Amino acid sequence: MTDFRTPLSRARGSGAAGHGAAHWVAERVSAIALIPLTLWMVYAALVIAGTGYEGAVAFVAHPVNAVMIVLILAVSGWHMHAGARVIIEDYLQKMLGRSALLILNLFVVVLLTALAVFSVLKVALGGAL
Amino acid sequence: MTTPVRERPISPHLMTGGLGSPLLWRWHLTMFTSILHRATGMALYGGAVIVTAWALALGAGPEAYQAFFDLMASPLGRLVLVGLTLSLFYHLANGLRHLFWDAGLGLSVTASFRSGVMAMAFSVVATVVVWAAGLGSGGQ
Repeated sequence: MTDFRTPLSRARGSGAAGHGAAHWVAERVSAIALIPLTLWMVYAALVIAGTGYEGAVAFVAHPVNAVMIVLILAVSGWHMHAGARVIIEDYLQKMLGRSALLILNLFVVVLLTALAVFSVLKVALGGAL
Repeated sequence: MTTPVRERPISPHLMTGGLGSPLLWRWHLTMFTSILHRATGMALYGGAVIVTAWALALGAGPEAYQAFFDLMASPLGRLVLVGLTLSLFYHLANGLRHLFWDAGLGLSVTASFRSGVMAMAFSVVATVVVWAAGLGSGGQ
């Protein structure tokens, strides 16, 4: 196949052409945010484990708790997408399987986050009772 | 062709410098903690599926929620939850270790070894404390 691109153009398209650190930094920034968020999640899990359905609904319906849960879902979704992406990129060389898994990773994370956020908001805004 | 003064170096895993030799490839704690960080990260990916199932069950109503609760309270469910608690605390502590390394701190052999032992010990202790608190407070 004839390639009309100049060597410079090809070099610009691969590697860290000015934005290579962004994913790396984003993974670390989300990690910092997750330190307090996951500690709060452990507390929340303990509260929810000690109560039944109505107690869990009342917990999620509290505005502060609802916001905290949505934050955890969003930030951990971002972080696990970034982490799994690095693992896929490290271990898979074949373009097709690698691309397929990267797309699957993105779709699974977005789907899980959307489902969970919707359910939490539904309960928090009074849809469960 | 001149005879080499000594054997040329080869890949570390093929070097047999004898026991105690710095040339001999061996397991290091830092390798184990690194692999464990990825493994627990992927385990927590599975944990996110369970959290989503919890949110869906809560949104679906009392019967669905009770079914989810019973599944989690079963022996297998509990085993998975204990494993996830352990994974969460390990990934948290070891992630903190990585953040310090990224800041250029604690990179020496002794410091990284010590922080690795601390991260593993913390995850076990924190898991025991959380489960003791959960079962003690009447959690099912």
